[in-house]
Amino acid sequence: MAVSNAPRTPMPEQAPSQRIHNFNEVALGFTEEQAKAEAARCLHCANPLCVQGCPVNVRIPEFIAKVSEGDFEGAYQVITDTNGLPAITGRVCPQERQCEAKCVRGIKGEPVAIGRLERFVADWHMAHATEHAAPAYPMNYRHVAIIGSGPAGLACAYDLANWGYGVTIFEAFHTVGGVLVYGIPEFRLPKAIVERTVDELRALGVQIHTDMVIGRVYTLEELFQQGFDAIFLATGAGLPKFMNIPGEELAGVFSANEYLTRINLMHAWDENYDTPIVNSHTVAVVGGGNVAMDAARCARRMGAHVHVIYRRSEAEMPARAEEVHHAMDEGIEFHFLTNPTAIIDDRHGNVCGLACVKMALSEEEDERGRRNPVVIPNSNFTMDVDTVIMALGTSPNPLIRMADPALKVTPKGCFVVDDETMQTSKENVYAGGDAVTGAATVILAMGAGKRAAKAIDEKLDGNS
Amino acid sequence: MPIIVTKRYLNPIVTFMELDCPHIAKKARPGQFVMVRPDAMGERIPLTIADYDPVRGTVTIMYQRLGVTTHKLNLLEAGDNVLDVVGPLGNPTEVDGVKRAMVIGGGVGSAIAYPQAKALYAAGAYVDVIIGFRSKELVFMEDNFRRNCSNLYITTDDGTYGEQGFVNKKLEQLLQAGAQYDVVIAIGPVPMMRAICQCTLPYNIKTIVSLNPIMVDGTGMCGCCRCKVDGQTKFACVDGPDFDGHKVDFDELMIRTAVYRTQEADATERHLCNLQRMADELKKQEGGAQ
Repeated sequence: MAVSNAPRTPMPEQAPSQRIHNFNEVALGFTEEQAKAEAARCLHCANPLCVQGCPVNVRIPEFIAKVSEGDFEGAYQVITDTNGLPAITGRVCPQERQCEAKCVRGIKGEPVAIGRLERFVADWHMAHATEHAAPAYPMNYRHVAIIGSGPAGLACAYDLANWGYGVTIFEAFHTVGGVLVYGIPEFRLPKAIVERTVDELRALGVQIHTDMVIGRVYTLEELFQQGFDAIFLATGAGLPKFMNIPGEELAGVFSANEYLTRINLMHAWDENYDTPIVNSHTVAVVGGGNVAMDAARCARRMGAHVHVIYRRSEAEMPARAEEVHHAMDEGIEFHFLTNPTAIIDDRHGNVCGLACVKMALSEEEDERGRRNPVVIPNSNFTMDVDTVIMALGTSPNPLIRMADPALKVTPKGCFVVDDETMQTSKENVYAGGDAVTGAATVILAMGAGKRAAKAIDEKLDGNS
Repeated sequence: MPIIVTKRYLNPIVTFMELDCPHIAKKARPGQFVMVRPDAMGERIPLTIADYDPVRGTVTIMYQRLGVTTHKLNLLEAGDNVLDVVGPLGNPTEVDGVKRAMVIGGGVGSAIAYPQAKALYAAGAYVDVIIGFRSKELVFMEDNFRRNCSNLYITTDDGTYGEQGFVNKKLEQLLQAGAQYDVVIAIGPVPMMRAICQCTLPYNIKTIVSLNPIMVDGTGMCGCCRCKVDGQTKFACVDGPDFDGHKVDFDELMIRTAVYRTQEADATERHLCNLQRMADELKKQEGGAQ
């Protein structure tokens, strides 16, 4: 197979001037020709580092070879051997830090666009597949309850259902998908894609109960009494953090979770829905992660002028590089090395400004190897804004640990699990994803869901 | 999708609905709430569980028709489905060990105070109840309360029924006359709960208030229901909705409950205009058919 030395194939996308007026997907996806051209750039290394860079070890060169041959369905089979949700990961994985970071082509030039190819293959399959896959193994009459339908829960359900387990997902919201539907906006991950993925799970026989808040409506003990053999806690990290600065109670101050949930899950951007949202003129989003980018880009689409406030510099931003670039292209202003100190009241309980200080990076590093920001004296200034969105990260949802105090948790409220087996301090109760690690990425949560599925499979089979 | 078992009008503005949700009815305790979404375009709103019957498998909600969502809910009749009912949410009111209690409800808050009075009375406590309304035609649940408390006092703002005045006036009267309570539970509009707390503070009586700020999810996710209690930020949905009333920052609570007031008023007006238009069109069609 001839290797192409052409430059990396650019992703077709909606122009910034157009997309700031709609919630349609920004990246449009490769055509078959573009996919084949990009696939031809893969060097097919004898020892493919990209596979090691992938948290679920997708056999990347193998699927790319199928793409360059035009066997797109074959490529899909290779990917779904290890990753059940490629249409989602192809869109939201931080590839530049995982598979693509390890690509040998990246040393001297640009890495192969692995994420874009994965997305292409998944979309091609969805457009052309005529039937859903059936489970690989017959029903084994062992039952697993999965609490939460975000990436960890879906990935765990996919594997277990495939292996013949009776899987029931309990979801607190009225819609399945967790952060994929309430957090990540339509323009980055269309909800139709999540629905298609959920349809595939249903075709595998997965039962889904929405509107069920486990911890409140059933305890874990009650689930075991109902006959479940194992429970996987995939409750995510949904509890928003605030800065504890003056003025956070004002009208016009949101957690990013609230702002995004109103817009994504509750469709506040669509006037046919009842969900209210503030009409913002100027918005400050505090934070530098993907959630901050999502909130900022939603606010832009709602017609606001948007500022992102981040206390470190651009290099330390945890957000996916592509999202930061997209946000900049959309006219969002970034204020690096800046930190809010107070939200200013218009004396009627509404936001009218944000008081900030400028920061500098110290020589000392934190536990993640990032230089710590320190306040520059006498650098105070005020920004005129009418809305402040706090995107400072989240901590694990407390409902299950409140209902079951015997479950061991860290001081931050994360479930304590055995690294190998993913089992919590309670027999046959497993946990994974953000509920264990604190807020992280979709793919890490999926990886945890798959590891838990494997551990549950070993345990339950071991009992027979 | 839970079915509406019964629907009744308790007064000109408050509707009673009994919903078929066996799994919630089995678990519900006084002080808990459900999130309700009437249809796919609708909002999720928190409504306190006003009663529950694990045998029948039903939970009761009572709501004042104020905004779009409650108006939409009210379009549904017995036999119809409510799209989503989630619960039971929030922490139950702690009533263990209470010997003498005062339960106070203001307006539609009386519906919410009812399960507390009922549970305390059933547990053998001495229970005084004060319920307050604007006017005689708004009084509801009188018989239910009478059967579930030791003494019932009713007040109306305009004096058309029971005693004239606010509920806190009656409470002050009773406390001055030497009434003793282990706990006062006050549920109603924010200014009423604040007034009750001011009233009980000098007597050093533990006072529980049930907060009902705006919520989106009701499970600790949106942070919209944050309130300040004892100087700390709490989420009413997972840390409450009951809090020690003497520690609640009521000024902040007033701001938090008013966040969407303008949008809500506009939306309600739009919704009611649409309903009127639909009604007018129906009339026209009927007229044409005749």
